[in-house]
Amino acid sequence: MTETYTIEGGPVELHRSSFDVADFPLPTGREEDWRFTPLDRLRGLLEDQPSGAELSWTTDLPEGVTLTSVGAEDALLRTVPKVFDRVGALALQNSTGAVVVKVAANAELDRPVVLKLHGSGADVVWGHIVLDVGANSRAQIVIEHSGTTRYAGVLSVLVADGAKLTLVGVQGWDRDAVHAQHVNVRLGKDATIASTQVTLGGDLVRFVENVEYTGTGGDAEMAGLYIADAGQHQEHRLFVDHSAPKCRSNVVYKGALQGEGAHTVWVGDVMIRATAEGTDTYEMNRNLVLTDGTRADSVPNLEIETGEILGAGHASTTGRFDDEQLFYLQARGIPEEEARRLVVRGFFAELIHRIGIPDLQERLLTAIEAELGGEPEAAIGAVNQ
Amino acid sequence: MATLEIRDLHVSVETEQGPKEILRGVDLTIASGQTHAIMGPNGSGKSTLAYSIAGHPKYTITSGTVTLDGEDLLEMSVDERARAGLFLAMQYPVEVAGVTVSNFLRTAKTAIDGKAPSLRHWVKDVKGAMDNLKMDPEFAERDVNLGFSGGEKKRHEILQMELLKPKFAVLDETDSGLDVDALKVVSEGVNRVRENSEVGVLLITHYTRILRYIKPDFVHVFVDGKVAAEGGPELADELEANGYDRWTSASV
Ligand SMILES: Nc1ncnc2c1ncn2[C@@H]1O[C@H](COP(=O)(O)OP(=O)(O)O)[C@@H](O)[C@H]1O
Ligand SMILES: [Mg+2]
Repeated sequence: MTETYTIEGGPVELHRSSFDVADFPLPTGREEDWRFTPLDRLRGLLEDQPSGAELSWTTDLPEGVTLTSVGAEDALLRTVPKVFDRVGALALQNSTGAVVVKVAANAELDRPVVLKLHGSGADVVWGHIVLDVGANSRAQIVIEHSGTTRYAGVLSVLVADGAKLTLVGVQGWDRDAVHAQHVNVRLGKDATIASTQVTLGGDLVRFVENVEYTGTGGDAEMAGLYIADAGQHQEHRLFVDHSAPKCRSNVVYKGALQGEGAHTVWVGDVMIRATAEGTDTYEMNRNLVLTDGTRADSVPNLEIETGEILGAGHASTTGRFDDEQLFYLQARGIPEEEARRLVVRGFFAELIHRIGIPDLQERLLTAIEAELGGEPEAAIGAVNQ
Repeated sequence: MATLEIRDLHVSVETEQGPKEILRGVDLTIASGQTHAIMGPNGSGKSTLAYSIAGHPKYTITSGTVTLDGEDLLEMSVDERARAGLFLAMQYPVEVAGVTVSNFLRTAKTAIDGKAPSLRHWVKDVKGAMDNLKMDPEFAERDVNLGFSGGEKKRHEILQMELLKPKFAVLDETDSGLDVDALKVVSEGVNRVRENSEVGVLLITHYTRILRYIKPDFVHVFVDGKVAAEGGPELADELEANGYDRWTSASV
């Protein structure tokens, strides 16, 4: 058996967004946005069943940041972006409220906000977190996931005018966890987000990340990296909706696959609407295949409705780290293990280095190396301690 | 003074029809400071010889020996052979995405020397060697061989030879695919290493063209998996005039 990969590309199929579960019937698996996902392994996250189970939280909140729980009727929750699929709608409905992390306007945080979410049960967990980042503030927010759970979450990220947010998500789940996540970013005028999602653990991880702009000058750097081991399914679907003029987006996702049945999916949809003159966008997905028996699907879609843009492009490559590369590096004196590390570390280092949180970067690089050395859970579990 | 000694080397590859013998008893002795040209038609087994010496896993040594300074190379892993002083400039250098040339060179140098090179000298050495090979400094930040033209790949191979300072270098068709200007630049690079070190060179080629720029001490005609004739540089002139026919027809 060898590895398979597909690279497709075409027009953007616009998905309905809504708050209402009734708008999203149970998928059959043939739908465009579900066709890659093994539905049975979502293990209940498509079923409308209330649950009081929660993840346990450890937080570090610097000055200028507050964390509160609000009820379902809270006015803020009427203003968050809609979700794009059934799991997202179920998470909003069944989480009955949200945890709101608020960064005060004009605040410049002296250290990152850290939210560590740990799962330790088999129950379904529904969750909604709102990051309410005030105008002209500067903040770094890190959300780390560990343990085991069946978790459907919505992260609503509201970046107000002139604010700059660095967002990092770490999926360091145990091997049997299931995680379906919406990340809905709304950028105000001249607002910036630099987001990095790092997906290492879990049995099934499915991210749906959306970016919308409400004014000119919005800037979204959406990065991610994933390493899928034998049997793991890791899926990242991005939708950048350029409706405002003079905004920018850059999507870069890189993944490595190793082991029988490792499956990754990356879908990048970028829509440039007629109103979005002066848009500058690029999206890229690169996959590094380390062993036979893996499958990488990569689908970049770009649709442009105005001729008045600065730039738009996409690229997708999937390549093997093969015996010839190993031979070449070894023929230069580099021992086998080091040769492998060199290639994979080099592949991911660029994404890690631009996070801008040095101690987290170090931990992530260590976790990535351990993951590649074949000790996945131990490694990333440690990241979360 | 060191010696690279190849004795009665037999090598086969795995094919769908079972193992196929490609090298049929190769004998060669190369001393430090010498340049030996191996000339042979396509398919005669030249690359097989190069890869077998370097330890490519595709080739099975069925009998014979290869020693470097008396040490058994065939017992060593690929990286051990390189650290013992062997260098192979490949006919088709491999692309390595995600690893920059500068990182690759530094890692290789550290592995070969057993310690990291002094930063100050190293940066200067790399820059100097790249200048000499007329490589744009921006190559240092590009991924190894990724998107390089054929000529750029060959320069990059010789760049490594200059920086890693091997005891013995096997250059597998380093001339193929080069235009005259690039051939000159690459040959000058090889000649610089020959002047500045005691390197022994096994120059594998199909054409006599490169021998105008890199003067061999010995020429070996390679046909059907073994050395069919040996001589001095004058043998290359005969090949230039008459081609390989004399030996290929004799071998049928
Ligand atoms: N994997 C293989 N299966 C079958 N034949 C092979 C294989 N690899 C090499 N050969 C054969 O071995 C012979 C020598 O190849 P090579 O060493 O590349 O020659 P050269 O470098 O002199 O052109 C050729 O006839 C080639 O077809
Ligand atoms: Mg050849």
